[in-house]
Amino acid sequence: MLHIVACIKQVPDTKIIKMNPKTNTMDRRTAPAILNPYDAHAVEEAVRLKKRYGAIVSVVTMGPPPAVNAIKKCIEIGADEGYLITDRRFAGADTLATSYAVTKAIEKIAKHKPVDLVICGKMSIDGDTGQVGPGIARRLDIPPLTSVNKVVEINLDEGYAIVHRKLEDGYEVVRSTLPCLFSVEKTINEVPYSPLPNMIKAARYQPHIWSVDDLEGVDIKQLGLKGSPTIVSKVWAPTKPAGGTFIEGGPREQVEQLLSVVLQKKELFDLKEEV
Amino acid sequence: MDFQDYKGVWVFIEHKDDAVASVSLELLGAGRKLADKRGVELAGILIGENVKHLTKTVFEYGADTAYVYDQSIFKHYRTETYMKALLECSEKHKPEIILYGATSTGKDLASAVATDLPTGLTADTTELDVDEETGLLLASRPAFGGNIMATILCKKYRPQMATVRAKVMKALPPQSGRIGKVIEETISLKEEDIRTKVLEIVKETVKKVRIDEADIIVAGGKGLGSFEGFQLIHQLAETLGGAVGASRDVVEAGWIEHAHQVGQTGVTVTPKIYFAVGISGAIQHIVGMKNSGLIIAINKDKEAPIFQNCHYGIVGDAFEIVPILIEQFKKALSKEKVSNTSEG
Repeated sequence: MLHIVACIKQVPDTKIIKMNPKTNTMDRRTAPAILNPYDAHAVEEAVRLKKRYGAIVSVVTMGPPPAVNAIKKCIEIGADEGYLITDRRFAGADTLATSYAVTKAIEKIAKHKPVDLVICGKMSIDGDTGQVGPGIARRLDIPPLTSVNKVVEINLDEGYAIVHRKLEDGYEVVRSTLPCLFSVEKTINEVPYSPLPNMIKAARYQPHIWSVDDLEGVDIKQLGLKGSPTIVSKVWAPTKPAGGTFIEGGPREQVEQLLSVVLQKKELFDLKEEV
Repeated sequence: MDFQDYKGVWVFIEHKDDAVASVSLELLGAGRKLADKRGVELAGILIGENVKHLTKTVFEYGADTAYVYDQSIFKHYRTETYMKALLECSEKHKPEIILYGATSTGKDLASAVATDLPTGLTADTTELDVDEETGLLLASRPAFGGNIMATILCKKYRPQMATVRAKVMKALPPQSGRIGKVIEETISLKEEDIRTKVLEIVKETVKKVRIDEADIIVAGGKGLGSFEGFQLIHQLAETLGGAVGASRDVVEAGWIEHAHQVGQTGVTVTPKIYFAVGISGAIQHIVGMKNSGLIIAINKDKEAPIFQNCHYGIVGDAFEIVPILIEQFKKALSKEKVSNTSEG
């Protein structure tokens, strides 16, 4: 039977997060942790493939212990098993070190049952890179198929998958050998409300929890901060542009002034790039 | 790894329909500055089928050298084939920096190449600089949910790599007749060894929303309160003959589709006039619109960061201001365009 692994991440909900107005930084304590919305679509697609072809859906994540809640959310969506790799030695990982650690976890899962397909979300809402999915594919030496917005066919017997990859002005139909990795667009599906039995299952579910020592053949130097080639050298608020003139007065006066500014500028812009 | 061996700035040249993508021209402009600062060559790396003639454009926009892989196996973009060409070329000629457009192709390719090299890769960069002495690439991007900028370095590996947002860097004016050195490379790849095949390319005729091409954009944020409230934005945009933009929150809330999203994970826009209505102005939004000609912000909260990033600000209730604005614009515009009055 088809074995699908979905890679997920628990993220702070950047929509709700509050800013510290003094430092202009995020106050992470105020943000609830959620399943990365893009990853919900990855898990949903895996579950849909399970309904179509029959499959076992495993989810894997790297994160702190509370990330079990993101795994439980995936069980609600319909995943069968969840794996959390958690260890202080993973901390501070950039995309390269993250793809390394997650690959080691997938390799361990694959020992139990070979993996035919890995599915990732397009990106995470906190990191915003989209680099981890293709990184995992390279490390597993399987083809990465990014921007997938439709799965046409999975043929396990003949060992291939056919998908649509979104392009700027349409899509391309691509065939790949199995195993391979998809990173999926949000538009690939809609994540429905979870059925009650899944919610009950999720509430009781205990994911597999592994530390670095539970994984095999790990090169410690490639983990976490140490294994990350990129470093954040400084964090800064961008320089504020000049201007920001407030238009004062009552609404009608404000609009009147604004109108004169805009109509005036409109004349200017007709001269092209002379601003 | 001896960093002395790594010299030159490279730009991965994307192309489509027999033309160089504008993001690649922008990157040649940005790359030129980095290369000059370091006193090294700027090169374009061009992979495809029947693409050799595009080197002319690559030189006109600032490159000194073009590395060309012109083989039928590169007819369609595929991660595996393009990646192998880039890895081989990088191994052979050892650039210190490689830049890619932060397009779906550029990001796909850069992620794969970075993993194999391995090296660090900074995603969706909006500012680039280089340290003259050390050659360290300073790649900056909005981070931590997009409310602050972070400068990312890669100290221990070469080449240093970054994907760069479209429409953020400026292309140089083309110098007609400017020429450079063409270095043709080939790679021995057999089609039967490649695990992916592009079976078909389907162009969708549906007219896509292209807000990045609009002269006037009216963008709304969550300050509008609801899907119904957001309709005010559509009305103002229609009155002005402009396009509708939106903040990330609005798109996440499902008030409008993603094609309208302005910012780090949406579109970068440079209209002549940009209205930000009910948008607080998180940095991830600002980076997508800050180069607009005239930025007008309307927001209830006087402390909203958008007011630090606009030319004119109105502190007030959008539901009060915008309807008057629409009414007054209609009056003003009717003097100029008499025909444009299908309704009151």
